[in-house]
Parts: sequence; C-alpha cells; structure tokens
Amino acid sequence: MNNLLRMSNITKQYPGVLALDNVSFDLNPGEVHCLVGENGAGKSTLMKILSGAVKKDSGRIFINDKEAEINNPSDSQGLGIGLIYQDFKLVPELSAADNIFLGNELSKKLSLLDKNKMNELAAATIDQLGEKIDPSLPVHKLSIAQKQFVEIAKALRRNVKILAMDEPTAPLTNKEIEILFATIKKLKETGTGIIYISHRLEEIFKIGDRVTVLRDGKSAGTFKLNEVDTRELIRLMVGRELSEEFPHHSTFKGEEILKMENLSGGILKNINLEIYKGEVLGLAGLVGSGRSELVRVIFGADKKESGKIFLNGEELNINSPGDAIESGIGLLTEDRNLYGLFMELNIRKNITISNLNNLLTGIFIDEKKEIENSLQFFQNLKIKAPSTETKVETLSGGNRQKVVLARWLFSNSRVLIFDEPTAGIDIGVKYEIYNLINKLVEDGIGVTVISSDLPELMGVSDRIAVMCNGRITGILNKQEFNQEKILTLATKFLE
Amino acid sequence: MIKENFLAKNSKFYNLISEFSLIAVFIIEVIIFSQLSPYFLTADNLLNVSLQASITAIIAAGMTFVILTAGIDLSVGSLVALSGVIATSLLKIDASAFIVFLIAILGGVLFGVVSGTAAGIFITKFKITPFIVTLALMTIWRGAAFVYTEGRPVWGLPETFSTLGGDRILGVPIPTVIMLLVFISAHIVLTKTKFGRYVYAVGGNLEAARLAGIKTNQILISVYIISGVLSAISGILLASRMNSGQPNAGLMYELDVIAAVVVGGTSLFGGRGTIIGTFIGSMLIAVLRNGLNLINVGSYVQQVIVGAVILLAVLLDQLRK
Repeated sequence: MNNLLRMSNITKQYPGVLALDNVSFDLNPGEVHCLVGENGAGKSTLMKILSGAVKKDSGRIFINDKEAEINNPSDSQGLGIGLIYQDFKLVPELSAADNIFLGNELSKKLSLLDKNKMNELAAATIDQLGEKIDPSLPVHKLSIAQKQFVEIAKALRRNVKILAMDEPTAPLTNKEIEILFATIKKLKETGTGIIYISHRLEEIFKIGDRVTVLRDGKSAGTFKLNEVDTRELIRLMVGRELSEEFPHHSTFKGEEILKMENLSGGILKNINLEIYKGEVLGLAGLVGSGRSELVRVIFGADKKESGKIFLNGEELNINSPGDAIESGIGLLTEDRNLYGLFMELNIRKNITISNLNNLLTGIFIDEKKEIENSLQFFQNLKIKAPSTETKVETLSGGNRQKVVLARWLFSNSRVLIFDEPTAGIDIGVKYEIYNLINKLVEDGIGVTVISSDLPELMGVSDRIAVMCNGRITGILNKQEFNQEKILTLATKFLE
Repeated sequence: MIKENFLAKNSKFYNLISEFSLIAVFIIEVIIFSQLSPYFLTADNLLNVSLQASITAIIAAGMTFVILTAGIDLSVGSLVALSGVIATSLLKIDASAFIVFLIAILGGVLFGVVSGTAAGIFITKFKITPFIVTLALMTIWRGAAFVYTEGRPVWGLPETFSTLGGDRILGVPIPTVIMLLVFISAHIVLTKTKFGRYVYAVGGNLEAARLAGIKTNQILISVYIISGVLSAISGILLASRMNSGQPNAGLMYELDVIAAVVVGGTSLFGGRGTIIGTFIGSMLIAVLRNGLNLINVGSYVQQVIVGAVILLAVLLDQLRK
C-alpha cells in the first residue's frame, strides 16, 4: 500500500514514564486521520517525534514508503511535514505575509525583500483557503481564526504534504469551524494528508476518515470512523465504560441569590438576569457575545458603567476582584493556567491565597491551621497529588481546576462562575467536574456556567441565558433546550 | 493526617536540598581559602568579611523582594549616595544634639521611602517597566547628590556618627548586626506573613494575583519602598564608615546587589527565590573577594574570577532544574 506516512513501532521513554509503547500510525494521501486520547496518552509525544522536537528511542518512520531520519525540526520540514500547534507559532509584530514567508523570504536585487510579491502570494494562498485577510496586517491584530489561516497558509507555502493540527477548533466559533472544515476538505482534494487531534469527538465523526485511539502510551486501535461510535471511542480512551455523559441532579428553584439589574458597560447593554439557589444557570453565546465580559463585570475585574448587582437582595458595590471575593463571589477563569493559578506555589498556598485573613494569628500565617484547612479540601475534592505541598505545575488540568475550586470554597463563596469549566480536561475527569458542580448546587451555592460546547452546556444547565452583541436575547428552561434555538438566539443581532 | 504532615515536612527538606548546590559552592570556596591562607579562618577575618559584605547585603535583602515580583531596582546605588549625603548634611545642623542625630538618620531613611514610592507609582499607575523607571531614578538621584553637594564630599562630622559603622557590639561590628537583623526580619516577612505570600503570588502570576483579590499595586509599591529604605540604611552606614557624605558613594552597587540575589537562586522572572539564598549569595561573593585579597590576587584578575564564579553558581542552579 502506498502510505504518505508510516510510523511503525515507535517507543519513547521519559524518566519514569513510558510515553509511547510500540505505537504504529499511518496516513494516506487525501485522508484525515484523527488521533484521540486523554491528556498524557501520548498524542503530543508522537507529534513531537514527527516534528523532530523529540527523538524516538526505537521504531521506524517511512515517508512515501522510504525510510526517513527525523533528528531535528528542519529534517521534518524538509520532508514536507507541518504542524499547527494550539498556541500558534507566529511572530505577533510581523505581518501575516512576513509570517507566511518567515525563513523563506522572497527577495529582489541587492537582497532587498520583495514585500509586494510576498503580500500578493500570501493573499493568493489565503484566498485559496476560502478566507480573506489583508496580508500586510500585523498578526496580533488578527482574530484567532485568522491566525489559524495564516498558519495553514504558511504550511502550504512550504509545500507541506503532511499537516498535523492540534485542537484546531478549540478557540473557534461554530461558524469559523465550518470554514476550517471546508478548508480541510480542500486540502484533502490536493492530496495532503491531515493528522487531526481533538477532544471533541463529534467533530472527529464529521471530518475524519480514520481514527487512532491512544491510551497510556499504547495504541488502543485504529478504526474507520463509519465503523465505530462515540460510546466505543470513549470506552477505548478511558479504558472503562462511562455510565452517562452528564450526571443528573435534582433541581429546585430556590430563592434568588444574585440579581443583575440594567447592567451596562463595555459591550454589555441592559443586562437583567437572576441566579437562583438550586439551579445551574448556563450562559450561551458566540465568542465576542459578551459572556466573558458579563462575568468579569460581576467579578469586579472590569468596571460597570451603570446598573446594579444585588446579592441576597442587598446591593453590591464591587470595584475590584477583592470586593467581589469578600462578597462571596468566585470566578473560575477560562484559562486557569494564565489567570487562575500560581505554578511556582504549592497546592496549599494556591487554595488559601484569597482568604489568608482567616488563617492569621497576629501578623503571622498559622501554618498548622493552613495545612489542616487545605488538606480538608484536598481530600474532599479528591485532588490527585502526593500531598498539599505539591507544586500545582505538576498537576493535570482536572486537578488544577479542583485547586481553583477549593480556593473559592475556602473563601466561602456563595456564587461561583465557571468559564469553560472543562476546557482541556480529560473526558473521565469531566464527569467528576459535572458531579462537583451538582454538589455545589445542592449545597445552595449559585452556579453559573459558560461553555462553548453546547451539548455540555445543555447537559449541565437548568436554564440557559443566550447572549449576542452584549445583550441577552433569550432565556430558555430545560425543557426548551435545543441547539438550533440557542444558535438562532446567539446570532439574533448578527447580519 | 500524620502522613500528610510528614510529607509537608518532607517538601521543606527538599527546599533545603535545592539550596544545597549553592551551599556546596560556598563550602568548597571556604575550604580552598582556608588551605591557601592561614589567616582566612580566623574570627577576626570572618567578622571583617561580614562587615565588608554588610553594606551590599542589606540592599540585596530589599532587592530580593523586588526581584521576586519580577521587577528590578537599579536606583539602589544612587540612593546610597543621596541618602548618605542627606543624612550627613542634616547632621551638620547641630553636631552635639542627639535629636539632630535622629533627625539625620530619619531624614536619610525617609528619602528611601520617597524614592521607593515614586518608583512604585510610575511602575503601577503609569505602567512603565521597572527597568526604565529605576534607570531614570538612578541617574536623577546620582545627579541630585552631586548638585546638592556641588560635587564635594560632606566633611566635618561629629565623632559619634562614625561609631555607627565602626563600633562593635559584643565584638560584632554594628553593620553586621544590622545586616543579620534585616535578614532575619526579611525571612520572617517573606515566609510567615500575608504580605510575603502576596509578594510570591504577584511575582508568579500578576493577573492571577489580581483575580485572587490581591491589591497588586499596593504590593508592588511596597517592595520598592522596602528596597528604597534598605538602600538608605546602607547609605547611612557607608557614610558613617567613611565619616563623610560622598556623592559618588555606592557607584555600581546595583550590579553587585543583583549578582548576589541571582547567585542566591532568585529568578529574574519572579515568583521563585528565598532570602536565605540571597544571604548565601552575598556571603559567597564577599568571601571570594576577601580570600582573593588574602592570597594577593591583583584586583584586575579578581574581577575576572568573581564574574566567572557568578556564572558558575547560576549555571549549577540551572542544571539542578
């Protein structure tokens, strides 16, 4: 058979971990071969070996049935392999065209750069992908989706035949995802082979031809996508049967806990919304609809221009996150690594940071009391780590999320806002996070969840408020949940 | 519970180990010099080393706070000069009165507060990077010291003033005593108080610290005030030792101080480091200079060796990670 790429029996040992154990993977021309697995399953190690960032211990790699040596990134590029990482590798201050031609610049006489020609060719390449971007704009002015197109165009200009994409849709809106998928289909027609890594299984069924499942560094099998279903894939990824995707919780609409009245500021216009005890309020909307802006205002991270916020009927005067925390509001940010955690500090210090006053004896922190308190949350939330003294940088995504949650519980939060609570978290652990959210609700904490993953949002919420252009365009009760309805409301003021 | 506590203790043990490579370099250094010079390991010489180290070490304690927040304070050397000049000129008002003595010292220290506050406000409110703000202050304060004194040292100070830098308590030089007090307090503040915890948090992740409810601007302004005050104290001690206010005192101190902090294992990116590390770093460099003097290594060659040892110490720290 004529494979574009064949990696056979790849093994890679890191100190203490067998990252890849005899894994084989192949790719045909014009095929989308998906790679799935939980964090730490070996997907990124396999891709790093392909890109030359990491050397394999054993195994062989064939390109067009010829054995290839990949010892460094330039070997990999020379073989027509291109990778698009989740956090793009673009130079923000350079223009789109400069990025596309980075390292392969076109020049005129006297070695002067031929800007016009590069701009022209860059525009043509992007055009061919079905997108329009001004190639002379600096990359930092582009949207995330546009940056991705610049990355793809960069790969195309380098004659990439094997293109690996790591979670390409994570930052994209539904509309942008469709454009991306159309582009992938075009690339397939030109015979490019695509390795597609994603946590979102429904996408894989939409775009993929075959799928390989990795678990704990071993291959759990390669399948044609029309011969497996989601349930089977999850079982292979997790290694056990998951009973149901979303745990059920008993809902009761209790008393009103948080109320927003005519809230405006930034893009937000006249927001009226209540959060009740005993329910999960979901916030739906496209990127830029104002969901994150709304929670940032509630949390005091951004200032409101007008309107009022009430907690348990009392008006709040929130000018900073410190004020919000004192009032009992906690925010679990979308990117917990960037905005939530202190990587250099241990779990204990990350848990107690927002409520150290509770641990003071005179001016000193009572370390014994601190250990006891943090240990309680450490055990209750089942954080998987050797001890409370472990640095958070060594924890997995799910456990990091639990540390942030523990911080707010230790601060006696009565309203918790989850922004994309399961982004970057393994399927097996997602279920645990949903359970924790349910537990919070049962304990009488007001919970709001933002999620771009609509099935997830419909699964965990009791009510969903849909936003568009900074306004609330509709509030749906559980029995009215329906993807189309939500999308219609989410695009009400667009076009 | 018992097991977890054991683990907690255990991780402290690991923290100690992580300072081990630095301590190892220090011990090797001491062994080599004690072999090369019989005078090196005498109490007299060691107290002398501590006295020599004290001026920059006190500043390094303050610089540790600043660098832990991912900042830098280049103004410390000029502050040494200006606070010394301010204190000594105040002292000349009435050399005999004790109250003037106090005012002089307070005046010098107060100037440290002013400088630190200014730096902190430019950095937090106007969002100018610490490097530029303190670079500008370094130039301004140095210039101000020369303008104020018209380029001439402040002489003719009372005898009592020189006791501050010259006298001993129970055989230990006063600057050494002050240095030890500063390091003990700084260690306690950084490891046992809320403020200390916030310094690490702000340096580790500024936005996360703000979203955790920490008044980050307050913390940042405070660390520059601490650095300013400790520089001023050093400036007054130095003026006392020289028995004069010199406008060119403390030249290039900022570099020696940053070297001591970095050798001590504090990350220039913030969030990681200890005051004990800074102490060992300061001593390591001071012992090196003293040892090289004792075995008659010329000052030109000394510079080369000191630079090489700084690189070596930081390299070891890097390899450990």
